[in-house]
Amino acid sequence: MMNYFPDEVLEHVFDFVTSHRDRNAVSLVCKLWYRVERYSRQRVFIGNCYAISPERLIARFPGVKSLTLKGKPHFADFNLVPQDWGGYVQPWIEALARSRIGLEELRLKRMVVSDESLDVLSRSFTNFKSLVLVSCEGFTTDGLAAIAANCRFLRELDLQENEIEEKKNHWLGCFPDSCTSLVSLNFACLKEINLAALERLVARNPNLKSLKLNRAVPLEALQRILMRAPQLVDLGTGSFVLDRDSDDSETYRKLRTTILKCRSIRNLSGFLEVAPHCLPAIYPICVNLTYLNLSYAAGIHGSELIKLIRLCGKLQRLWILDCIGDKGLEIVASTCKDLQELRVFPSDPFGAGHDAVTETGLVAISSGCPKLNSLLYFCQQMTNAALIAVAKNCPNFIRFRLCILDPTKPDPVTMQPLDEGFGAIVQSSKRLRRLSLSGLLTDRVFLYIGMYAEQLEMLSIAFAGESDKGMLYVLNGCKKLRKLEIRDSPFGDMALLRDVGKYETMRSLWMSSCDVTLGGCKTLAKKMPRLNVEIINENDQMEFAPEDSQKVEKMYLYRTLVGPRKDAPEFVWTLV
Amino acid sequence: MSVPLEHDYIGLSSEAVPSMEGSERSSSGGLNLNLKATELRLGLPGSESPGRDNGVGVLKSLLVVSGAKRGFSDAIDGGSGKWVFSGNGGSEAELGKGGNLFSPRSVNGGGKGGGCECNNQNTGLGSPVLKDGVVPPPSPKPLQEKKPQLSAPAAKAQVVGWPPIRSFRKNSMATHSPKNDDDAEGKSGSGCLYVKVSMDGAPYLRKVDLKTYGSYMELSSALEKMFSCFTIGQCSSHGVPSRDGLNESRLMDLLSGSEYVLTYEDKDGDWMLVGDVPWEMFTESCKRLRIMKSSEAIGLAPRAMEKCKNRN
Repeated sequence: MMNYFPDEVLEHVFDFVTSHRDRNAVSLVCKLWYRVERYSRQRVFIGNCYAISPERLIARFPGVKSLTLKGKPHFADFNLVPQDWGGYVQPWIEALARSRIGLEELRLKRMVVSDESLDVLSRSFTNFKSLVLVSCEGFTTDGLAAIAANCRFLRELDLQENEIEEKKNHWLGCFPDSCTSLVSLNFACLKEINLAALERLVARNPNLKSLKLNRAVPLEALQRILMRAPQLVDLGTGSFVLDRDSDDSETYRKLRTTILKCRSIRNLSGFLEVAPHCLPAIYPICVNLTYLNLSYAAGIHGSELIKLIRLCGKLQRLWILDCIGDKGLEIVASTCKDLQELRVFPSDPFGAGHDAVTETGLVAISSGCPKLNSLLYFCQQMTNAALIAVAKNCPNFIRFRLCILDPTKPDPVTMQPLDEGFGAIVQSSKRLRRLSLSGLLTDRVFLYIGMYAEQLEMLSIAFAGESDKGMLYVLNGCKKLRKLEIRDSPFGDMALLRDVGKYETMRSLWMSSCDVTLGGCKTLAKKMPRLNVEIINENDQMEFAPEDSQKVEKMYLYRTLVGPRKDAPEFVWTLV
Repeated sequence: MSVPLEHDYIGLSSEAVPSMEGSERSSSGGLNLNLKATELRLGLPGSESPGRDNGVGVLKSLLVVSGAKRGFSDAIDGGSGKWVFSGNGGSEAELGKGGNLFSPRSVNGGGKGGGCECNNQNTGLGSPVLKDGVVPPPSPKPLQEKKPQLSAPAAKAQVVGWPPIRSFRKNSMATHSPKNDDDAEGKSGSGCLYVKVSMDGAPYLRKVDLKTYGSYMELSSALEKMFSCFTIGQCSSHGVPSRDGLNESRLMDLLSGSEYVLTYEDKDGDWMLVGDVPWEMFTESCKRLRIMKSSEAIGLAPRAMEKCKNRN
């Protein structure tokens, strides 16, 4: 029946289908739908830049305007992936530049970006509007200068936690006077900035809604900027310190007055440097906040945090340091009834851990905040009883990541593994998509995960399990699994090879410091030509031919349609 | 008063961490886990490896992979040593076996036949499999080259990539580690610590409360702002990025570019260059601050320049 509709009608219908997955599903219905869908697709998400080539992207989706690319494996965030592993955006940008693609938005995560790439990007797409770089590296402020100078309609420049070499140029000053279209600017990860250029830029961009400053922006400058941009919705402060001298209480007073006018601010972050006595300046806007990120604010003690939190009744997302303590979390629980996402980071990851949070804080949160669906919790300890209580109170978890700082710590009360606790979580949260485990864990927890975690897409395992059975429970049970990353766990070839077809249904598998051997990986690679099975070998000496029985330090495998990558460094071996 | 802790660039202190013992006590009671055996320690080979059975088959000391590219930060963070916690609830005998994997990198010398008596050949893969009970003696040479002394291995076990925190966050926390004083309010208790700040050529003095700053960087930026009308802060416009981790270097940058040096009078009445001692020590001994012209700081200034060069 649908064949009687002209393509335009189909296309119009498809316009309402926006999620990548839904559009992927649409494209599989029939050849007609495939065709209409591909020409009308504007946003493409590529979760692994090595799964496909830029040429094939361009061939299939000639109308693409927005591209998201991810490069290195997730564990690269924790230094488990050596430098120069890969993830270069250059070939993508070059290919897109050569084509007639009208790229408007590029979002990259864990990729290597060069100044040259940024330069080519800035010159090749006249309508380029939005650049978002998350955890990327390889470029300098020269690249940013090119973007600023050449992208005439730039709306968004969002730099999140990148490693950027800062040169002496004043890249911010490269935005021409004609640049008035900025909506979002985030340079919090830089160390320096040209203040004068910043203030002028803010003054001439009245549509600015999101502004995240860096440490180099002092409080006085923040006050002047807020005067110019009271319409901000999303603010990341820079340096939030003032001393107490009489002259500067004037600045503080001005700041308070200015902040009072910023009634639109809903998201507040930054505070990379903060003096506690300056915090009351933001009290007036706390009541409107839906997102508060104080996770970099090492200078604020628990009691001050609590004073602040008490004012934030509408909070939906809170990122905080563990110096808030269990008591502070109880205040959060009683104040923030709409809380959906909580992230508690360790203020002293390798240290003593006083003021840190325990299971008590988490249970309190779960009792007070039943809407909680996303959790990242670094803590000193956890008990099964607490996890079971949390599971009962909050059956809506989509993301549940627990990180016990001592990774194999059992339940300190019962000395049991935490299998039952995590089991309760997966059983109760039927929509759980992402899970990270820690603490003492046996194969049993994987049995539970395999049985109950039907929607699970991403699982992170560290120092857990007893035998291959653990991994098998997961591979057999979790039908929607896409990303599995395992470190320091006793899973070997038997588990790896039991169901080789499974890996083509997943994006990737990472195993490091496990029991898989070179022989096992070779067997897998041979059986599955559409997987790239990469071994990362960091030992410099290659004198002896490695034996198949040798255990593999780091293995990363992923499905791909384009075969072994050609840019692998010499320490990465792709098995065939 | 507590001795100020030296922090390396990622904020690790080399001091003993008391809660380590505490957590051991609480967690090892009742279960035959022998957590002490699984405790990870960093230390040079042959250094004290606190009482552990060799029969356990878990290597304690840091084995460093060869590869000259790695520096100290890599040794801690970037993964030369590989560790395994024994996750088995059971006896130690199970450890070597399919239990939690242990995969030390093969030691540099090992591959060449020296040092490591592993059963398997050391190969390019660098993961010799150990049979139960065998603890390969660490090879001294590469470790000496690569591993700067981490004094007391009482720093909590440093496992590569654990806890899973992004480098950006780790680095941010390192430069601004929370004050771990006992008084919860940093400014109450002993109250404020106002000191006079004078600047050569300025018509009036200022006062700052040292307790409101946590680092030299905070102090220097505050002073910069305070005296900016007298153009002390020329350096920031040079665009020299401040190095993270070393609080003093920003001050040094400030000093090296301008005609002023920041000095203070300590408890003994001596005039000292600001930035030499750890922050806490400085706040305890500083009585007043003076921003003096380099030309006047005869005894101090050359040292300042020297210190500048040495640090860079």
